[in-house]
Amino acid sequence: MEHMHVANPYFGVFILFVLTFGAFYATTIAARLVSRALAAKDTEKIKLSIYECGPEVTKQPNRISPQFYLFALLFLLFDVEIVFMFPWAVDFKLLGWFGFAEMLLFILLLTIGFIYAWKKGALEWHSIK
Amino acid sequence: MDTAFIIETIIKIVVILLVFSALAGFGTYFERKVLAFMQRRLGPMHVGPYGLLQIAADGVKLFTKEDIVPAGVVGPIFKIAPVITAATAFMAAAAIPFLPEFTLFGYTVHPIVADINVGILYILGVMAIGLYGPLLGGMASNNKYSLISAARGAAVFISYEVVTGLSLLAPMMMVGSLSLIDFNNYQAGGIGEWIIWSQPVAFILFWIAAFAETGRTPFHLIANDHEIIDGFGTEYSGMRWGLFFIGEYANMFFISFVMAIIFLGGFGDGTVLGAFALLGKVAFFFFFFLWTRAAWPDVRPDQLMWLCWKVLMPIAVLNIVITGIVMMF
Repeated sequence: MEHMHVANPYFGVFILFVLTFGAFYATTIAARLVSRALAAKDTEKIKLSIYECGPEVTKQPNRISPQFYLFALLFLLFDVEIVFMFPWAVDFKLLGWFGFAEMLLFILLLTIGFIYAWKKGALEWHSIK
Repeated sequence: MDTAFIIETIIKIVVILLVFSALAGFGTYFERKVLAFMQRRLGPMHVGPYGLLQIAADGVKLFTKEDIVPAGVVGPIFKIAPVITAATAFMAAAAIPFLPEFTLFGYTVHPIVADINVGILYILGVMAIGLYGPLLGGMASNNKYSLISAARGAAVFISYEVVTGLSLLAPMMMVGSLSLIDFNNYQAGGIGEWIIWSQPVAFILFWIAAFAETGRTPFHLIANDHEIIDGFGTEYSGMRWGLFFIGEYANMFFISFVMAIIFLGGFGDGTVLGAFALLGKVAFFFFFFLWTRAAWPDVRPDQLMWLCWKVLMPIAVLNIVITGIVMMF
């Protein structure tokens, strides 16, 4: 298959962005209109309370286990590495031995960080201990 | 930019939206049928012949449900979260060549919305944005189960993002491009040239990560029924809840296309046979998602993280290094 030769290849992405968000937002609005006209309504107040969190609705703070923040930090470390490796992988044949040696060094440094995280127990799931 | 190009782009987008919205609907029907046959049941049979009109009945039901926004939720975020899930799932379609190019009324049609040169990076990026749907929906719901689901979903998504990226690096080194069209052309020579034969490890890694990225059953912790009810979807009802499902099934179809094009040769040299072969491969991958759901139980969250960080990621890095060494000699 041949590539398309157009001046603005990202134009399609933009139109897709506008059309999909528009179409799905319009779907929710249409659903709201249809349900206002057709749905059985029940004005009992307790119905609006949230599921299995007590009948009286109170505002709850969004507190989660610090375990998840550890995984977020690990993600930052390793995903930035991958972003750095993408252009290297595309130009791999062009860069030759020099690029390969550089990347081996980079992976070595990351492996040290990875072993440190492993030994410190950052990869364990703490709540099951 | 000429008018013909703009009109062509808009027509392609509308076709993709319609076809894949319908396929996402039929995906639920296929799933119920496949699961039923594997458990020696019949599945939906009453609405239409063989239950084929079941999705129409489901659609009517979703649209006519009462529109409920529970007390205490953060309204605007709660309402926009399903739209984000569905829309970002469809945005991944922009860089995927769905069929070989064909001629219609003397005009050559390229069945790809945007032929951008960073295709795979774009697809990975848009799928990562898709995380915001469950995350925002769960955090805005004012419900503990939704909140746990949102946190778990974020942890699983970002962990397996690392595996997805690393496993795709090795094929990228061989092809030297990020465009899925170049991946397809690289394997145009026939079955012997498919990347799966030279990169079997990368294929298996990406396949496993695809289950986590789409939230399918062995890794379906984001809405694990017996622990956290319906996860981020607990407080949703009606069409807002349905949009989460459209997004999930569309994601399954698009990631099947990506796997078939990157590892299994795509549509090859672009004949009609090749186009049907691509659709067959996509159908197999989609069926495999359903098959796994019937055959496997869910894993625990700690097992999921163990698998990602201590098994898959070191293998992926080793795979890159070995690929580099083999290519240099």
